[in-house]
Amino acid sequence: MLRYLVRRVLYAFPILIGVNIITFALFFVVNTPDDMARMQLGVKRVTPEAIENWKRDREYDRPLLWNADAEGIGRIRDTIFWNHSIRLFSFDFGRAESDGREIGHEILARMGPSFAIALPVFLVGLATYVSFALVMALFRATTLDLFGVVLCVVAMAISSMFYIIGGQFLVSKLWNLVPISGYASGLGAWRFMILPVLVGLVSNFGEAGRWYRTIFLEEIQKEYVRTARAKGLSEWRILVHHVLRNALIPILTGVVAVIPLLFLGSLVMESFFGIPGLGSYTIDAIGAQDFTVVRSMVFLGSLLYIVGLILTDLSYTLVDPRIRLQ
Amino acid sequence: MSARALLAVLPCFLALGACDGPWNDPYPATDRTANTLYSAFSERPKHLDPVQSYSSNEITFTAQIYAPPLQYHYLKRPFELMPQSAIEVPTPRYLDTAGRTLPADAPEAAIAVSVYEIRLKPGMRYQPHPAFARRPDGTLRYMNLTRADLAGVFELSDLSEVGTREVRAEDFVYQIKRLAHPRLHSPIFGLMADYIVGLKAYGAALQAFDVELAKQGRKEAWIDLREHSLQGVEVVDDLTFRVTLQGRYPQFVYWLAMPFFAPIPHEVDRFYAQPGLIEKNITLDWYPVGSGPYMLSVNDPNRQMVLERNPNFYGETYPEVGEAVDRADGLLEDAGKPIPFIDRAVYSLEKEQIPYWNKFLQGWYDASGISSDAFDQAVQVGGGGQVMLTQEMRDKGIDLKTAVAPSTFYMGFNMLDPVVGGESERSRKLRRAISIAVDYEEFVTIFTNGRGIAAHGPIPPGIFGYRDGPSGINPYVYDWANGQPRRKSIDEARRLMEEAGYRNGNDDETGVPLVLYLDATARGPDDKARLDWLRKQFAKLDVNLVVRATDYNRFQEKVRKGNAQIFYWGWNADYPDPENFLFLLHGAQGKVQFHGENAANWVNTEFDRLFERMKNMDNGPERQQIIDQMVEIARRDAPWLWGLHPKEYGLAHTWVHNRKPNQIANNLLKYQRIDPQLRAQLRQRWNPPVLWPIAALVGGVAAFAALTVLTYRRRERSTGRGTVAAEA
Repeated sequence: MLRYLVRRVLYAFPILIGVNIITFALFFVVNTPDDMARMQLGVKRVTPEAIENWKRDREYDRPLLWNADAEGIGRIRDTIFWNHSIRLFSFDFGRAESDGREIGHEILARMGPSFAIALPVFLVGLATYVSFALVMALFRATTLDLFGVVLCVVAMAISSMFYIIGGQFLVSKLWNLVPISGYASGLGAWRFMILPVLVGLVSNFGEAGRWYRTIFLEEIQKEYVRTARAKGLSEWRILVHHVLRNALIPILTGVVAVIPLLFLGSLVMESFFGIPGLGSYTIDAIGAQDFTVVRSMVFLGSLLYIVGLILTDLSYTLVDPRIRLQ
Repeated sequence: MSARALLAVLPCFLALGACDGPWNDPYPATDRTANTLYSAFSERPKHLDPVQSYSSNEITFTAQIYAPPLQYHYLKRPFELMPQSAIEVPTPRYLDTAGRTLPADAPEAAIAVSVYEIRLKPGMRYQPHPAFARRPDGTLRYMNLTRADLAGVFELSDLSEVGTREVRAEDFVYQIKRLAHPRLHSPIFGLMADYIVGLKAYGAALQAFDVELAKQGRKEAWIDLREHSLQGVEVVDDLTFRVTLQGRYPQFVYWLAMPFFAPIPHEVDRFYAQPGLIEKNITLDWYPVGSGPYMLSVNDPNRQMVLERNPNFYGETYPEVGEAVDRADGLLEDAGKPIPFIDRAVYSLEKEQIPYWNKFLQGWYDASGISSDAFDQAVQVGGGGQVMLTQEMRDKGIDLKTAVAPSTFYMGFNMLDPVVGGESERSRKLRRAISIAVDYEEFVTIFTNGRGIAAHGPIPPGIFGYRDGPSGINPYVYDWANGQPRRKSIDEARRLMEEAGYRNGNDDETGVPLVLYLDATARGPDDKARLDWLRKQFAKLDVNLVVRATDYNRFQEKVRKGNAQIFYWGWNADYPDPENFLFLLHGAQGKVQFHGENAANWVNTEFDRLFERMKNMDNGPERQQIIDQMVEIARRDAPWLWGLHPKEYGLAHTWVHNRKPNQIANNLLKYQRIDPQLRAQLRQRWNPPVLWPIAALVGGVAAFAALTVLTYRRRERSTGRGTVAAEA
């Protein structure tokens, strides 16, 4: 297994370099260093000299990927790409162009609030959706099952924005039960987490409920279930002790990969609930043409996704003894 | 939701029930009756260093923290400058090339330099700050910090010792030098370098010095600006400094009312330049140091910014005079009392309008604007066109204040374009015809809920040079009828089109239908509705308008290179002077040729000549006459379709006092007063928790769970025949 892990980690390097190059190319196709300078210096009274000074100070006055005027390794090293992207591999994210703040510090500060919302949504959601799907599988082909499926389809058809605005209107404005938006540090955060967590649970309900129901129904058709029934096991015991355990592989495939991404938060949710997380950090940076933040967040997202996929592979070996990673 | 999820949520609601006061209170219970103002910001400030900060979301904070020499009178209109850190508004002394003093009315050509001598109030002190802390031996406590010294330091407040000192003239001089600092990129350096004697050369010298430092491997080393003298700025004595400007520039006093000219002590600059602090994000950009009425005590722009009363503030009193209506509006009740009234101001991040508006209605924010979504809920327009609050707002005691902003939003014609531009009579008539056809009164009604007035020229109301009534209308687009301007008929516009050689929208010479292009940064559905409306306006003249939607950068590039044909543009005033609007049409500001702010690239020699005369004149009949001539030339040539001046609507709760709209000044917090007891009572009354939904939810889930269990048990007990039938 160790060799497998080392191989997967080594695979990650070319993937991350590729992601970096693509991010770099896409960003600079849309935004030139001059555009970035204008954005950071403001739209009023920006002189060409100020733009040149800004570029020189931030080392954006060099060629993008290849410096033909330099010699030797300098042709690669004396470029914007090398100066601004390669150091990411040592987790040196640098400073944001827009406000000069250390990006690493900002990411650490914002990760907590994102995780504080995403983790309960993930854990409570997983328990709720799996329980719901088990009940639907238990009452398959009944009116209750039909009602559940219709509920899921309706829930899927409604935009998450509706749940957010509707949740704020009903729970906070009409019933005055929790604050509409905001956040507090430490234990005081719980009052602000109730509504976003509830909205997160409800908005994912339709899709997740149907997905797990489908997994269980597929599993329930298998021979070992018929055997268990023939042995006289109760339907609930069959579902919980056999079907659920055997359905873990597809569940883990969808679940474990997203665990590392929980740190990255949700853009819309954080924006509407005033949660100071990472969700809006990237979008704000794109709006501000802040390349240093964009490339840091894309790098971090790619890295976490790769970690998630490796963890998924590892989790298979835990739930299915037949799987060996080589 | 399952029973498990409900069980997870229930304790939270039970804990909420144990709270004293409204459950939906977003603030700590201990602050309920505190003398604190609650407001919001939608975009995180990037810069709080006064040399860089220039955007509206930043000046909300910097204007309360820093105390530049001058400020605007809170109540008087038109806007009037008055001293803040200075003793008086400085009057320039004019000198000729030989250094002889000239009279105030000396011809401009004779004036070589203007000298402003600014005398400061004695006894002003900075807010408590670690940069001023001293050891018993008098040396600065937190200078030359080592990594070991900074081991447990993550925030500025981790440096426990603080100090202060008197504000001195050298601090103002130091800040003016910082405008040229090569690492700070001040947005007004280019402008000021044209006026402050020696500033351009000073910037070049600092740049060279900085390059030399970088070569020595000291790229981030502190540059002590005291060691680099600036010719046009000097300290006269501890409380007086002198600024010398090239020629005459009367608008300079307006800049003295902005944080760009607030004092920054060299100790602070040196303190923040320490490498260990920069690595920890402890910078002047993040932790400002000022001598104004407030200081920033919490800077968490991802969540909340908090201003607290500066205990060392030198003290001011509330104005005793204002406009005639101010006394009736209760704005002079606190006349002569010491300010500021409010101890703390909490600004929370609210990116979305809907939560902000709902929290305002619940009383969690003290004031709010009105978004388009909430307009009908807040405001109704009476039969006579008068604007009033809805019954819901009146029942809450909410107060509405409106004011036309010193801004202009226009549609520019690129004068370099061969079809709509140029000086030919043909293109001029085409532009005038379009100006008549695009009905901005309709635009204001449809898209801004009436919050704006159609513009008749570049100068908005409230700025000297603006004319109201029949003499203020644009005679090429409007007639004066029944006591108000009336847009000329579309027949008049069609007649102009015929005269321009575009009968029925076809080019008389070629017979080809006229197609015009609007370059825009269209994004959402709102933009689509606006663009569709605009196409219809052009269609009145049988002109096909093609919208070339693009991203912001490409749009800017097109305008910069003169590749746009028609475009939307706007300008917010820096200061209340007509020069700040008319310069947008000055030939020397041409965007393509000179990288200036004249986006239409319009050049009119007569206009430019008058501008040069007008820009440095004092307000008076002669200046008004010249402005009238300039506006007439611009209207005749129509390089802009004049667009609109937006009208701002502001709401405030009944517990907020002394609020008067002021779109030029930003240091308004110190004048406001609140009644925290009344606020606490009304919040309690407006936010009683409604509990039946929780009971219904619990009951519903319990009933569902019970039904499920019962059904399952019944099925388990049923015979095999039933199960087989069900599976079939």
